Amino acid sequence: MGAMQAARLAFFGLAMVATAFAAARGHDQVYSVHMMIFCAISALLFFRSFRVRELAPLGAGPGFASEEKYETGVIRFGVIMTTFWGVAGFLLGVLVASQLAWPDLNFEPWFTFGRLRPAHTSAVIFAFGGTALIATSLYVVQRTTGAALWSRQLGWFVMLGYQLFIVLAATSYLLGGSQSREYAEPEWYIDLWLTIVWVAYLALFLGTIFKRKEPHIYVANWFYLAFIVTIAMLHVVNNLAVPVSFLGSKSYSAFSGVQDALTQWWYGHNAVGFFLTAGFLGMMYYFVPKQAERPVFSYRLSIVHFWSLIFLYIWAGPHHLHYTALPNWAQTLGMVFSIMLWMPSWGGMINGLMTLSGAWDKLRTDPIIRMMVAAIAFYGMSTFEGPLMSIRAVNSLSHYTDWTIGHVHSGALGWVGMITFGAIYYLTPRLWGRERLYSVAMVNWHFWLATAGIVLYAAAMWVSGIMQGLMWRETNDLGFLVYSFAETVEAMHPFYVIRVFGGVLYLLGGILMAWNVYKTIKGDLRVEAAEGAPRAGAVAAAE
Amino acid sequence: MAEKRIDEATGVETTGHEFDGIAELNNPMPQWWLSIFYACVAFALIYTIFFPAWPMVTKATEGWLGYTARGEVAEEIAEHAESQAVWRQRIADTDIEAIRNDPELLQFAMAAGRANFAVNCSQCHGSGAAGNVGGYPNLNDDDWIWGGDLESIYTTIAHGVRNEADPDARYSEMPRYGVDELLSREEIAQVAQYVVSLSGGEQDAAAVEAGMEIYLDNCAACHGDEGLGVPEVGAPNLADSVWLYGGSAEQIAAQVWRPQQGVMPPWLGKLGETQVKELAVYVHALGGGV
Repeated sequence: MGAMQAARLAFFGLAMVATAFAAARGHDQVYSVHMMIFCAISALLFFRSFRVRELAPLGAGPGFASEEKYETGVIRFGVIMTTFWGVAGFLLGVLVASQLAWPDLNFEPWFTFGRLRPAHTSAVIFAFGGTALIATSLYVVQRTTGAALWSRQLGWFVMLGYQLFIVLAATSYLLGGSQSREYAEPEWYIDLWLTIVWVAYLALFLGTIFKRKEPHIYVANWFYLAFIVTIAMLHVVNNLAVPVSFLGSKSYSAFSGVQDALTQWWYGHNAVGFFLTAGFLGMMYYFVPKQAERPVFSYRLSIVHFWSLIFLYIWAGPHHLHYTALPNWAQTLGMVFSIMLWMPSWGGMINGLMTLSGAWDKLRTDPIIRMMVAAIAFYGMSTFEGPLMSIRAVNSLSHYTDWTIGHVHSGALGWVGMITFGAIYYLTPRLWGRERLYSVAMVNWHFWLATAGIVLYAAAMWVSGIMQGLMWRETNDLGFLVYSFAETVEAMHPFYVIRVFGGVLYLLGGILMAWNVYKTIKGDLRVEAAEGAPRAGAVAAAE
Repeated sequence: MAEKRIDEATGVETTGHEFDGIAELNNPMPQWWLSIFYACVAFALIYTIFFPAWPMVTKATEGWLGYTARGEVAEEIAEHAESQAVWRQRIADTDIEAIRNDPELLQFAMAAGRANFAVNCSQCHGSGAAGNVGGYPNLNDDDWIWGGDLESIYTTIAHGVRNEADPDARYSEMPRYGVDELLSREEIAQVAQYVVSLSGGEQDAAAVEAGMEIYLDNCAACHGDEGLGVPEVGAPNLADSVWLYGGSAEQIAAQVWRPQQGVMPPWLGKLGETQVKELAVYVHALGGGV
């Protein structure tokens, strides 16, 4: 038995005992269940450690000995998990939307809106989006640096560790555990675990960049790196908290009052900025030029919009706290930084769309390009809507209404979802060495289902949100409020039903994608005419 | 490192960087993009001159307009109060009965009462004041537990019912006939049969007969011999088919066994006399009587 093996056995053995003790003595159910999960994983790793196995040195694992130059196993796993979490997240979305339309669908205690809503947002942002970002960033960084992943083991640790974080987060919501911070609901020990995983991710990404064979670093990697570094900072600061006991899940924030609110929205807004914008811009900067087979439109634009975006975004959070106890000066700065952010955001849109110049015909023949272009268009739309809604006067109407929900979803369904679908369709045949996707026609169906779903969703929320805001402030000629709150809820009901329908369409598209990915991995090819070619029937009729 | 070359489709030179086959064109930034960006920055800077913005050592710059969100809302509230001040004063000075007889005042009081009802009362009594199952009375019907004339409604709204916040709250407490063993289970079943029969429900004649005896001995003191209720003590009418907690024999028996005691908060402290007057006028117009 080597020293390394002994150390592993000791480490996992101790972890097993400690977590078993914590599970038995835990003050609450969430904590005990989670410690049992940790204990089971420690036990698994403990018994695996009996197998004598030489750990490969960094950067030279078994994967590299093969003809494959780059590490792909962890990325394949990431693509499968992204697809799975996507469908799961959309399904939860349809469920919570239905609960809003028909409250009888709340089933106590686990399946109430209060518990499923964070499960939906986390499943979509962190499980679907996060896994997609980790998988694509590891794929992109290897290919654009010409270097294999710095460490194969670390790659798997990051990917599997992140999946464990998702499982811990999701189970804690369903069991009622939450620290009540939007998009940062998981309690202290889950946050600590994510911190470990994230630092490993940063090391892995930087380690690969340091090994690069190219003299320059490609723009996609700037965005991915900005995403990784900033999320680390946001996550650590916003989750500073004091646990009530090390044997329980409950904790209290290190901040109080309006400082707590500002910290939360500094985090919340930049989760949008650096997770959902910068991260996915990294994805766009690789997959759009690759799929279009065209050069990036402007190197200079990418430099200027990158630096202006990351410098300005971080200050825009206070616009979430207009007309609150937050001092006026901070509200003003939040607003003007959001307005200045408009063009830096649009720089990414221009670079993405203009990359297609010379290849616009592909819109007709390639539904994957169509998907990516739609993603960029939705990106442009929601990054215009964002600064608009940050203006104090607009915000006084839009804030706390469904308009916000519609805005978030045109970004999430349109931009994040569509660009990720494009990347998945690009990656799947390549990662599994298939000639092409199982079915390109199904990609086209997915495109139209998703687009129709988003249009229904966003339009319903615009109408419902603006109507809600106007009803709240409606006064009669004697100066009295006209509507009670319940009357506004009643008026929104039809739009809630339309939203459910839009969500169902989007979910159907996701299921179609999962089937397509599964069949492609299996190696099947569906016999079908090329996209954009005249249909057989039409040709026959013409003749 | 790849060589710089001219891209065929656009005729633009590349930068010479190439990553996994991706080249970058050396296009300038679009002028319209740059111009709007500069304009946004200029707007932002100018805006911060007019509004509170830059944090200094002890406090932030206040801006030339002297704007504060609190100031803005205070101004709006003052403006609103000013526009209604004349009416409010007249309501305050007028006897509640007289408000009803002055068409102009009545119109204002109704509008004010309706708005206040939507904000404060609709949560329990419903937006249309039709009440809710489980002890929230319908205010549109002719059934008034604590009296349906203007004065009674005013008092009920002002002080509430069975709350601990207001010593003048309406108060009554029906005895817990079952829990405290004042009546047997069978007697309660019989009296429930009798109460159902008061509003014409078909019931077992023998049980009704026995129930009537029990009713007269135990219940009539508050609810009246005929079961028509006594508003002075908050005893509801049992003969009008209007039920707070359900009108089946089982539901009535349950209420006799362990009565639910509804609570309503006092509003005088929160809304003030004028607004309670307006509310009383509005609620009275819904279904109040003399």
